[in-house]
Amino acid sequence: MSKAVRVPVREQCPRERVSNFSEVCLGYSLEEAVAEAARCLGCKNAKCIGDCPVAIDIPAFISHVKKGDIAEAAKVIAQASALPAVCGRVCPQESQCEGKCILGIKGDAVAIGKLERFVADWARENPVDIAEAAPQNGKKVAVIGSGPAGLTCAGDLARKGYAVTIFEALHEPGGVLVYGIPEFRLPKDTVVKSEIANLKKMGVQIETNVVIGKTLTIDQLLGEEGFDAVFIGSGAGLPKFMGIAGENANGVFSANEFLTRNNLMKAFKEEYSTPIKVGEKVAVVGGGNVAMDAARTAARLGAETHIVYRRSEAELPARVEEVHHAKEEGIIFDVLTNPVEILVDDKGWVTGLKCIRMELGEPDASGRRKPVEVPSSEFVMVVDTVIMSLGTSPNPLISSTTQGLEINKWQCIVADEESGLTSRKRVYAGGDAVTGAATVILAMGAGKKAAKAIDEMLSGETR
Amino acid sequence: MYQIVAKRQLAPQIYLMDVAAPRVAKSAKPGQFVIVKMDEKGERIPLTICDYDAARGTVTIVFQTLGQSTMEMASLETGDSFSDFAGPLGEASEFIHEDIESLKEQRLVFVAGGVGTAPVYPQVKWLQQRGVQVDVIIGARSGDHVILEAEMKALGANVYVTTDDGSYSRKGLVTDVLKELVDNGTRYDHVIAIGPMIMMKFVARLTKEYNIRTTISLNPIMVDGTGMCGACRVSVGGEIKFACVDGPEFDGHLVDFDEAMRRQAMYKSEEGKYLLAMEKNNHAGGCCGGAS
Ligand SMILES: Cc1cc2nc3c(=O)[nH]c(=O)nc-3n(C[C@H](O)[C@H](O)[C@H](O)COP(=O)(O)OP(=O)(O)OC[C@H]3O[C@@H](n4cnc5c(N)ncnc54)[C@H](O)[C@@H]3O)c2cc1C
Ligand SMILES: Cc1cc2nc3c(=O)[nH]c(=O)nc-3n(C[C@H](O)[C@H](O)[C@H](O)COP(=O)(O)OP(=O)(O)OC[C@H]3O[C@@H](n4cnc5c(N)ncnc54)[C@H](O)[C@@H]3O)c2cc1C
Ligand code: SF4
Ligand code: SF4
Ligand code: FES
Ligand SMILES: [Mg+2]
Repeated sequence: MSKAVRVPVREQCPRERVSNFSEVCLGYSLEEAVAEAARCLGCKNAKCIGDCPVAIDIPAFISHVKKGDIAEAAKVIAQASALPAVCGRVCPQESQCEGKCILGIKGDAVAIGKLERFVADWARENPVDIAEAAPQNGKKVAVIGSGPAGLTCAGDLARKGYAVTIFEALHEPGGVLVYGIPEFRLPKDTVVKSEIANLKKMGVQIETNVVIGKTLTIDQLLGEEGFDAVFIGSGAGLPKFMGIAGENANGVFSANEFLTRNNLMKAFKEEYSTPIKVGEKVAVVGGGNVAMDAARTAARLGAETHIVYRRSEAELPARVEEVHHAKEEGIIFDVLTNPVEILVDDKGWVTGLKCIRMELGEPDASGRRKPVEVPSSEFVMVVDTVIMSLGTSPNPLISSTTQGLEINKWQCIVADEESGLTSRKRVYAGGDAVTGAATVILAMGAGKKAAKAIDEMLSGETR
Repeated sequence: MYQIVAKRQLAPQIYLMDVAAPRVAKSAKPGQFVIVKMDEKGERIPLTICDYDAARGTVTIVFQTLGQSTMEMASLETGDSFSDFAGPLGEASEFIHEDIESLKEQRLVFVAGGVGTAPVYPQVKWLQQRGVQVDVIIGARSGDHVILEAEMKALGANVYVTTDDGSYSRKGLVTDVLKELVDNGTRYDHVIAIGPMIMMKFVARLTKEYNIRTTISLNPIMVDGTGMCGACRVSVGGEIKFACVDGPEFDGHLVDFDEAMRRQAMYKSEEGKYLLAMEKNNHAGGCCGGAS
């Protein structure tokens, strides 16, 4: 095979997968992984590393894959990343590591994500002892939230000998990895649960059903609960709505509600009690990863599904791979279309989505061409379900119950970029709670930095 | 795991349970709720906190069997456990932030309908224990369905009971009793009504006429109970609120009850999901006699 072309990865065929929730991408076999690894030039000044937010030594791990020494490859990755099986699946690689790969100039970039995933999956099935924890140092750190930021911070601190307790509001740890990202992109039982099991093996305690700000406050954690430091990784879970007429009608959901019912509560499985309503024709409003996930979930539950997005296809913020998969699965893209009203019958149920056509005008502050309404172009899409996927912001539960914790006008916690330190002593924060909705790998990176800063602060103190 | 340390049936279809949940018991305040989940496959079920005992580490819930989940819950016994019990959620009742002396000068009346009597109890208890004398109007379908009357009286509250069918105390609706009391000269400063949505709607309509400040407690459909899904959104004074974090208590004169009632019925046809599955299984096992 030509060096310019990457080894294709096997996927479930689209016609089959739209009726199941099993993983779409089947991943490389050992032979395929070795062949793909062989394409890597092992650059001295590897550009790919610079665009990986946790700076995995990419040429080094790939060189081990090339030789078939997957255990060594796993060790290299583990030095930088706590959740490689997750990131290998959900990182926006095309705009990170792979976006800078030298091979991408003339042909296909090395499939770094798929190789990382292969190594992580192999290491799960053939356990390598990666985690070497330092002896307990007698200091306690509380981590709020069990998304990628919290899990990473907890793992790093546990390895350094801290007694770490994660407090999670929901009944299941994982954050967006369990409630948001669907099974068909990120299998829960195999991938997410085993990453969490690894942390527990390192001695991390996870207390679910504890809502910080309600069950316990940060002041109690630092006071009567005896923690020496706190890391806030509470994410950005508060869904936005458009504020148009009819939005409270029956049949209008936030993407978070729809995905939570399906992913966390497993409504798609008959033996689980939580109900989900999908209707026959669904409009998902928005164009990001979350919108793609909601649309592909609705399609799997049997609905004709449309993405309604106000800009053009080129501006879709979702990953290229997700858009491609969605199209393969029959999702219809209605771009340059903006909802103006939800039509409702006399019993309060959705009957349609009134939209207006848009066209692209001058570039706006974000550099993207601004969509403007085409006069008198309103039309009605007949749908019975509308899923709003317009983004999320941090939940005020913690900031409103913690005196002296500074937040900005977007409700995000203000934290130092390098250390994660907030305006409160001993209180650190990172991930979506600080940046607003971002990515798994950035949240992990923030968790790592905060763990380092917390260690530096506490290792100077005696107990 | 959160163990059930006591269980008692209060009325046909109404059960009380004391559940060991020390962290919740320590932080609970009147007006707040919990979310319970029976086991891995269960739903997240919101229930108001009916009582709490920080020393024993228990929280009391009272629930009525309506559908699949509450019926399954009713079959749990002392010694069994819930897999999950999260809380306390939502904002506490507003009066706990008020000055006790000024509360003592106010005339407060609680209007409780059916199983809604349970969430009224901790509020009455909190006030009576601080020397604030309150009135309570309890309404129920029939005499059998009146709950917590003796407990409220034991706290020292003035309790009025009314039943739909007149089988106990007097016949009539809670609004009839409230109207009578006001018309006979009782000047209430604050009405707190908790019960079926339709009852709260009519109480609020009445108190609006009388211009009495009114608080109600909403019970919309919820999933997470932490502000993450928006399933619980309600219109209050023309604004969208999330009942799980902004409520569950709101100004009764500002709530759009009709919308809230429509939204509550959202999963009506889905409630059959489990029952259908049960029937299907019984069918397969039952009439076909193991043919394979
Ligand atoms: C549907 C969806 C798809 C996505 N797809 C991708 C993708 O393909 N690639 C990618 O890189 N990113 C993706 N993202 C974004 C990514 O998942 C997030 O950026 C990332 O999960 C943020 O991590 P976090 O640890 O900061 O927060 P979260 O993952 O949000 O975790 C926060 C946790 O804190 C808990 N919590 C909140 N408040 C409290 C409290 N008061 N007390 C206790 N616990 C609390 C929450 O319950 C939650 O479990 C997606 C997001 C969504 C919603
Ligand atoms: C803040 C709050 C406090 C509550 N307190 C109490 C209480 O103290 N005692 C009590 O008996 N009930 C209480 N409820 C209602 C209780 O949660 C529902 O009765 C219960 O979820 C019904 O479950 P089911 O599966 O048995 O019934 P289903 O057959 O599933 O539903 C029956 C009806 O219950 C309601 N319901 C269903 N699912 C939910 C849900 N996830 N969230 C809210 N309502 C739902 C709907 O109106 C539905 O039509 C409260 C609800 C809320 C939101
Ligand atoms: S963690 Fe993400 S960005 Fe870094 S190498 Fe892996 S896939 Fe690429
Ligand atoms: S830039 Fe591409 S070819 Fe070079 S080391 Fe990185 S992955 Fe390999
Ligand atoms: S129940 Fe999900 S936001 Fe209120
Ligand atoms: Mg139910």
